Amino acid sequence: MLVSFTAVLNYFMVDYIGHRAVALILMLTVSLTAILFDIFPVLIAALLSALIWNFFFIPPVFTFHIETPEDVLMFLMYFVIALINAVLTFKIREFEQNSREEEEKGKSIQLYKTLLSSLSHELKTPISTIIGAIDTIKENELKLTDLNKNALYTEIEVAGLRLNRQVENLLNLNRLEAKILQPKLDWIDVNELIFDVLRQNKENSTNHFVVFDTNEQLPLFKTDGIFIEHILQNIIHNAIQHTPDDSTININVTAENSGFTATISDNGDGFPIDKIDLVFNKFYRVNNSQTGGTGLGLSIAKGFTEALGGNIKLENIDTGGAYFRIYIPSESSYINSLKNE
Amino acid sequence: MNKVEILIIDDEPQIRKLLQINLESNDYKVIQAMTGKEGLMFAASHSPDLILLDIGLPDKSGHEILKDLREWFNKPIIILSVQDSESDIVSALDNGATDYLTKPFRIGELLARIRSAIRRSHNTENESIIVCGNIEIDLVARIVKRDNEIIKLTATEYNLLSLFLKNEGKVLTHHYILREVWGYGYQTETQYLRVFIGTIRKKIEANHNNPQHIITESGVGYRFQ
Repeated sequence: MLVSFTAVLNYFMVDYIGHRAVALILMLTVSLTAILFDIFPVLIAALLSALIWNFFFIPPVFTFHIETPEDVLMFLMYFVIALINAVLTFKIREFEQNSREEEEKGKSIQLYKTLLSSLSHELKTPISTIIGAIDTIKENELKLTDLNKNALYTEIEVAGLRLNRQVENLLNLNRLEAKILQPKLDWIDVNELIFDVLRQNKENSTNHFVVFDTNEQLPLFKTDGIFIEHILQNIIHNAIQHTPDDSTININVTAENSGFTATISDNGDGFPIDKIDLVFNKFYRVNNSQTGGTGLGLSIAKGFTEALGGNIKLENIDTGGAYFRIYIPSESSYINSLKNE
Repeated sequence: MNKVEILIIDDEPQIRKLLQINLESNDYKVIQAMTGKEGLMFAASHSPDLILLDIGLPDKSGHEILKDLREWFNKPIIILSVQDSESDIVSALDNGATDYLTKPFRIGELLARIRSAIRRSHNTENESIIVCGNIEIDLVARIVKRDNEIIKLTATEYNLLSLFLKNEGKVLTHHYILREVWGYGYQTETQYLRVFIGTIRKKIEANHNNPQHIITESGVGYRFQ
């Protein structure tokens, strides 16, 4: 098409520029085609342009006959150059694509390496603790004081719980990514649910003040209670782990027109401002952050939130500390006055 | 007195070993089955006082074993399940399981559940007065007392609370409670249940936000203790 169009355009100008210049213009068109299209259209364009040039421009026009030996040479040269042009451009593009693929492969290998190193670290630390503590107990049965023994038992217990948490996180992440987890909507009392999460966190939060003021005006919401639990659990756990002892963590819930918003804020150090966009990424950990996390908690919270059609936002508070805001769209129901005979 | 006999049906040798050591050191007699088939056989030949059943058995699913057992075995069956399988747990409870524990479980919790299940199974005579901590119910006079003071309840609240007290320590699924208190056709009306749990907690708990009696079993149901 492009070739024919250019040819028609040139037909009117041939008197001014001569038929040999037309060859160059047609060549330019073929080159352009090579940049834009695949190899076959380019080959066709090369062939077509050669024929058009011959038929319409090389004297005698309107025949495929060529008079002068110069023009024969020109025609053959034209045809070969157009072909080389097409093939070269195609090769360059192929090369570019290969290097792009190579680069992407490299990136995913990098991600995989990060994943593996993070995983092996997070899983092997508690495993080493358990095996090491048990060896110590077995081999020093008589030498260990009761106090030391108890300390080792506690280490084993903590390591076991940590392992369990890591595995649960990995499973959840996997299920979220595979989209196997479909929310099961049911009426839930969000106040009740938050107290339940806090009760489950009681043992880890002895050095923090976790404050939740119930919102007694809150209606029931139709959502997946287990999802909400995972979201809050992960954010609260994150806050407890990454704020200094004696920090306060505040939880609040408010009803919206079309759902509810839960906010979790703390008075810790907040997040590095340039890292805020990264914290929801898988395996992302803020530099120097204490171990004990997988770098999965917040991405899981985000995954569950989005699976419910909601969104999660993080910002720093001016006075210090982090502020998580989770919005969950949901049907609500005020039936507190329901027939209570 | 004869020792209480417990049958463990679990394919994991490590879990069986752990359970055996703990149960034997707590004066229970332990029988072990590695497969569901073996479990059914031992249940028939030994007629144990309680069965611990792993719901994820390789040969026959734990759910089928549970159904087979429940055709004739009326003593407690506690199921062991992996985490995050609330729907598995709910269907097992609806099919006659007495209670459940998720792996990894704490031994203290396991022993408490076993004790509670066995106590309930011995306690079959119909008492007219049930006491649980500071709560007391008189099923004949239809009166509920908290710290010896009568509390005012509506009919539905009373029905719900008496169901809980009759099943003290046992986890009741949402479906079960709705069917028992509100009747057929209401099994999915969980919003009724949420609202009434809220109002009863306000009447019987010292702090309704930190309940000591009506415990939420997330995704499964409620347990009264």
